[in-house]
Amino acid sequence: MEWINQLTFLERGIIAGIVIGFLCPLLGAFLLVRRITIVSEALSHITLTGITAGVLMAQTLVWLPQQNPMYVGLLFSLIGSLFVEKLRELYKNFQELAIPIILSSGVGLSAILISLAKSSYTEWYNYLFGSIVTVMKEDLLFIVATGLVAFGLLFAFYKELLSISFDAEFAKVSGISVKKLNILFAVLIALVISMSMKVVGILLVGAMVTLPIAASIQLAKSFRQVIGLGILFGELSVLGGVAFSYHFGVATGGMIIIVGIILLIISVLIKKVFVQRSRFFSV
Amino acid sequence: MNHHARSTAVEIKNLSFSYGKRNVLHDIHLKIAAGSFLALVGPNGSGKSTLIKCILGLLPPVTGTITLFGQPVEKFHDWNAVGFVSQKANSFNTGFPATVFEVVSMGLYGKIGLFRFLTRRHKEKIKEAIQQVGMEEYMHQNIGELSGGQQQRVFIARALVSDPKLLILDEPTVGVDAKSVSNFYSMLKKLNREHGMTLLLVTHDIGAVSEYITDVACLNKCLHFHGDTEEFENKKDEMMSAIYGHNVHVIKHNHDHEHHEHEHDHDRSRFR
Repeated sequence: MEWINQLTFLERGIIAGIVIGFLCPLLGAFLLVRRITIVSEALSHITLTGITAGVLMAQTLVWLPQQNPMYVGLLFSLIGSLFVEKLRELYKNFQELAIPIILSSGVGLSAILISLAKSSYTEWYNYLFGSIVTVMKEDLLFIVATGLVAFGLLFAFYKELLSISFDAEFAKVSGISVKKLNILFAVLIALVISMSMKVVGILLVGAMVTLPIAASIQLAKSFRQVIGLGILFGELSVLGGVAFSYHFGVATGGMIIIVGIILLIISVLIKKVFVQRSRFFSV
Repeated sequence: MNHHARSTAVEIKNLSFSYGKRNVLHDIHLKIAAGSFLALVGPNGSGKSTLIKCILGLLPPVTGTITLFGQPVEKFHDWNAVGFVSQKANSFNTGFPATVFEVVSMGLYGKIGLFRFLTRRHKEKIKEAIQQVGMEEYMHQNIGELSGGQQQRVFIARALVSDPKLLILDEPTVGVDAKSVSNFYSMLKKLNREHGMTLLLVTHDIGAVSEYITDVACLNKCLHFHGDTEEFENKKDEMMSAIYGHNVHVIKHNHDHEHHEHEHDHDRSRFR
C-alpha cells in the first residue's frame, strides 16, 4: 500500500475516475434495459443525506472515531436502495413512484442536516458537483474497494441479471432466484452510486450512469456491445472531463458530463450517417 | 427414474387457486402423459394462464398438489427439463439491445451456474436450437428488428436450448401472422412426434390446432373435459357450449389463410 501514499492528488483523481468510468456504464447497461436509470437519481440524493449525516456526526459526536463520511453515504444509499425495491413492490402498478418518494426524502433530510452542520459552502459544492482535487487517500481506497466488490458481483451474476432484465418470468422458470437477485442488484446500485459521487458529484452521478449507455445503444447491436462501447465512452468522458476541468479549473463532474454529451451527439450523428448510407446503397 | 415418472409428465390433483376472493381454478384433476401434445382451451378469464403459472411454480396453489415428472413442484429443481414460451413474449421491450444468439443463450443461464460463461459446447447447443427453428440467418441480428413470428420462433429456441422434456406454450401465436402460425404448429408437431417432447399448448382456437395435437383439455374454472382428440370430436359441441356458455361450432381450419384469419375474428367476437 506504499504506492498509494506516493500518489499525487491528480493521480488519485485519475485512478478514481478510471474505476468510475468503468463501473457506471456497466451498471448503467442493466439499469437501462430494466428501464430504471432514474433510480440512480434517487439514490444519489439519499447518499447526500448520508454524507451530511457523516459530516454532522464528525462535528458533534467528537468522541466517535473519525470516519470518512462516504461510508455513512454508502450505508444510506444501501438502505435507500432496499427501500426503493420495497416501494416498487408496494406500488406494483406505479413503480416510478418510489423515485420521487426516496429522492425528496433524501433532499429534505439533507437540507436539515446541512443547516445544522457548520461546514463551508465549498465542501458542499464539491459533494454536489464533484471535484477531482478532493480525492484523498482514504477516498481512493473506498472507491477501489467498493469498485472491486461491485465488479465481482456484476461478473458473477452477469448471466442471471441479463436474463432477469430481459424477461423476469422466464428467468424464474429457468431456475433463477429473481427475488434474491433483485436485492443483490439494489446493493450493486448503491455501491456504484456512492463510490462515484466524490469525483462526479451527487447531482451528476445519474448522468454518468446514463450518458455513456445512451450513446452506446445508438451503435450497439448486442448487449455485450452496449456494455463494451458504454465502458469506452465512460472512460473517455471521465479522462476527457478530468483533463479539461484541470486545465480550465472548473468542476470536474460538470466537465465529465459535457464530454459525455458530446460523445452522445457524435454517436447519434454516426448512426444517422450510417443509416442514410445503407439506405443509399440499398436503393 | 422410475416407471411412473417416465410415463407422466404432469399430474395435478385437487388443485384450486384464487386471487384474493376471486376463485379462478376449482378442483382441477389433470394428468399429462409423457409424449402427448395437449391443447388446453377455454375462454378469456377461464384460468388457463393461471393453471400454467401453477404448473411452473410461479403461483402457489391454495389447495391441491402438482407433480412434475413425479416430483412435487415446490421441490422440483430440474427446471431445464421444462421449457416455457409465454404470451408476454409478444410484448417484451422491442428496443432491448440483444441479438438472437444472446436471447437464446438465456435459456441456458439457469443451468450454467455462477462465475461460468458459455463454453464452446454451450455455443453449439445455442446454434443448434436456432437452426431447429430455422432462424440461423438472423443469429446476430437484433431481436427488436424481427417480425412477431420470427421473434416467437426465437423464444421457442430459447425454451428448446436446454433440451426440455416438457414444453409449455401460453398462447404463443398471439400477434403472429396466419402463415407463420401454421408453420409454427407444424414445427411443434415435429418436436412432439420426432423428438418425443411433451407439449402443453394454451390456445383460444382449438380448430387451428386440431390436426397437430393428441389430447384436449377444456377449462373454465373447472376442467370440463380431458381426453384424446377422437373422444373430443364426438363430444366437442357439447363441451364447447359447456365452457363457453352457449352454442359454439368448432370449425376445423384448413390452410387457407384468409379463411383462417376470418375465423379468428369470428371466434374472438363470440368469446367476448
